[in-house]
Amino acid sequence: MVAGLTKGERQLALLISIAVAFIGLAMAGAGQGGAFGVHGFIVMAFGIGTIFVVISGYFLPEPGDERLAQYYDDPIKFGIVVSMVWAVFGMFIGDWVAWLLAYPEMTFDAGWASFGRLRPVHTTAVIFGFVGNALIATSFQVVQRTSRARLPDQLSPWFVLIGYNLFCVIAVSGYFMGLTQSKEYAEPEWYADLWLVVVWVVYFLLYLRTLMRRREPHIYVANWYYLAFILVVAILHIVNNLAVPISFGHAKSYSAFSGVQDAMTQWWYGHNAVAFFLTAGFLAMLYYYLPKRAGRPIYSYRMSIVGFWGITFFYMWVGSHHLHYTALPLWVQNLGMTFSLMLLVPSWIAAANALLTLNGAWHKVRTDATLRFMMVAAVF
Amino acid sequence: MFNTHYRLERHSIRFVLAVMVVASIGGLVEIAPLFTIDETVEAAPDMRVYTPLELAGRNIYIREGCYACHSQMIRTLRDDVERYGPYSLAVESKYDHPMLWGSKRTGPDLARLGGKYSDEWHVAHLIAPRDLVPESVMPNYGWLMRSELDTQDLGLHLRAMRKVGVPYSDAMIENATADAIGQASPDKDAAEGVAERYGEATTIRSFDGDPRRVTEMDALVAYLQILGRLTDAAHVQSGAGRMEAGE
Repeated sequence: MVAGLTKGERQLALLISIAVAFIGLAMAGAGQGGAFGVHGFIVMAFGIGTIFVVISGYFLPEPGDERLAQYYDDPIKFGIVVSMVWAVFGMFIGDWVAWLLAYPEMTFDAGWASFGRLRPVHTTAVIFGFVGNALIATSFQVVQRTSRARLPDQLSPWFVLIGYNLFCVIAVSGYFMGLTQSKEYAEPEWYADLWLVVVWVVYFLLYLRTLMRRREPHIYVANWYYLAFILVVAILHIVNNLAVPISFGHAKSYSAFSGVQDAMTQWWYGHNAVAFFLTAGFLAMLYYYLPKRAGRPIYSYRMSIVGFWGITFFYMWVGSHHLHYTALPLWVQNLGMTFSLMLLVPSWIAAANALLTLNGAWHKVRTDATLRFMMVAAVF
Repeated sequence: MFNTHYRLERHSIRFVLAVMVVASIGGLVEIAPLFTIDETVEAAPDMRVYTPLELAGRNIYIREGCYACHSQMIRTLRDDVERYGPYSLAVESKYDHPMLWGSKRTGPDLARLGGKYSDEWHVAHLIAPRDLVPESVMPNYGWLMRSELDTQDLGLHLRAMRKVGVPYSDAMIENATADAIGQASPDKDAAEGVAERYGEATTIRSFDGDPRRVTEMDALVAYLQILGRLTDAAHVQSGAGRMEAGE
């Protein structure tokens, strides 16, 4: 891991780790033994952990220039492994909370084990831990290969992946302790949200720098979807998490919006965080891995364009269908419903484009389990 | 059109800007007007703010994830209205930062729970839900009875709420801790200040049945008992509707 970093990157990694450890120390001090303090210790442990990792490899020989002729895949392997760990954990908790509905007494007379606290552990671990890591890791692989360019540096991808997982750990450990904003899929408190913004900006810049180094005249369609995933999640995350903390030494914050405006903002976020993680992100994967596996080019360039812009435009209108018959003004409900129906068009275009790509390769679907999984995924 | 795209997809910055513009339109059209169109939120001049004890209870409700199973939004559907009462108005959650409308009902809606049951019922139900509702799958919250309520920082909470637009006065913020204790301790002098600052109609009693200490149970029950009662705007409107219909 550290062996792939240059001397300068190792020094920068050390500085960042030290800064993170000090932020953790400050949080631990301000938290005075409360839940915020526990998070301080977790942040500090993360910082100290990475300090040790960097120091242990600090004096290894630097990577040679021949690396620049190859893609940089080490962080991708890490991301996929972590993604699988989150999958096992998140789905275990999901199974556990399902059993709680049959045996509600199974809470050990303690708050941390109740359904209300464990449900976001399940949703966050699966959506952000499992899916998020998989998307980040595959995006690194896809953007390099479709741009014929190596990632611009060795440190940023590690920072993005490790920093993102720190966010996930803070989020999930917070729910056990009862720290939540109560906004579904945006439960983490203000400091975790701020940290995610830092990580996400680095991720965006990394992605953009790689694209700018590309040796292909065109940006491939998979990268459109990854870009939309990165950009839209950033917009949604920042707006929906606007909040005023009660102090910089407390975990608790109050949402900037209230009532009906808060509800609309939340479901604009809630629907589209899901959309741009679970739809746009996975379409990005599909547009690279499916044709690659099938050995066939994408069926239609025009369908790719219509599908992409249709999804990007229509999806952002449909959040209000989570608020039918509520106190939300009727005109917003009607807009949401109408656009939800219109969204069928680009969704089916994208699915059809994937299935038609398999024309000429259906014999492979019969024998290749991986391809068959992709085919079924495209249908759904 | 496809030729334009053929050129667009060769420029990463232009492509990024295009995605941001196209993705922002939906939110701008649907969310921004909610802040500017006056009819979005009804007027309710009589509406009061949450007392510090109720706010603390609300934060426990959030902390325990009650919103994962209980909505606070009675829909404009006949079966909702007949079961729960007049449908919810936007103004009723005007001081809810964040709103707790919820997204699914494993348990019943709670928007008009206040005053429906006694404090004793709530305490017994929170300690052992299945003693009162045999088919319930709600977790036991008996440990709330053993947890002392943290009232120390309530002034900070009220101050933050004021920053986001809830009209707490300086006196409310200064006396937040005393008011929280006072509302659950009817025999103490501090109780008088609560009625003075939040209105004579404010319920001041030991919600958990033990006036010697203020527990998280006190706060949560105080919150459950105020649900739907910060303003009677919804009842006034549904009464007017019935009169127009000639009932």
